[in-house]
Amino acid sequence: MAELLAKSPCDGLLPVTHGSVTLSEMDMTHLTSVAPYKGRDADVSDTLKQAHGMAFPAPNRATGKEGARAVWFGRGQAMLIGPFPDAALSADAAVSDQSDAWALVRLEGADCENVLARLVPVDLRQSVFKRGHTVRTQLQHMTVSITRTGDNAFLIMTFRSMAKTLVHDLETAMQGVAARGTG
Amino acid sequence: MRITCPLCGERDRREFYYVGDAVALNRPDPDAGDVVWDDYVHNRDNPAGVTRDLWYHESGCASWIVVTRNTITHEVLETALASDVKEATS
Repeated sequence: MAELLAKSPCDGLLPVTHGSVTLSEMDMTHLTSVAPYKGRDADVSDTLKQAHGMAFPAPNRATGKEGARAVWFGRGQAMLIGPFPDAALSADAAVSDQSDAWALVRLEGADCENVLARLVPVDLRQSVFKRGHTVRTQLQHMTVSITRTGDNAFLIMTFRSMAKTLVHDLETAMQGVAARGTG
Repeated sequence: MRITCPLCGERDRREFYYVGDAVALNRPDPDAGDVVWDDYVHNRDNPAGVTRDLWYHESGCASWIVVTRNTITHEVLETALASDVKEATS
């Protein structure tokens, strides 16, 4: 019988560093889409708080912290990142496992805002996009979720099938920013 | 052109997919008759001025949005979640 090996979406591609910015892959973990049924948002939020320690995020926001995060993921939907989902969530929400479907990378370093400014049509500067803020938008032509996880750190998620393109586009922008130098 | 998504805020037009006249929200009764259905399926106004379209926030939050805009000035006058518009009229 064939021996199957688990491969992460960016296996063999990351980490890379250019200038002050490092792009690395997040460790694979549980990813769960949680979509509350109509009118049950408060119940889902209560369950999330009890079971996983974070409320259901408002639009454009993420709750929780490293290791157990809930990221708003579109209208009426959040992605639970980290914990294995509590069974009680299924009572009030459509819950589906997405663990292998998304590539998760971390963009970190002093110039990371400048890198994203080359690729994303949304203002992600610290003054307007603070820690715990998130957006669903495009990176080049890819649909992504971008969350600020620190002063100089972003969590970027895209479809697993686009992992190589994501790395290529980010690395190209990183090289451009590094070549130009800060300021 | 920039469109304000009721959930995400002001975004570039490239994030949205144009769907068509917001008349799609007013689907006639199945027994409304051929004339009404013919009008609903085929006939559209082509106004020089204010128009109401459905747009889909394809690479954002995946909401359907009713956009009121002016075809002459390209002003976007109002945006609302299609679900809210539908609930308000039903």
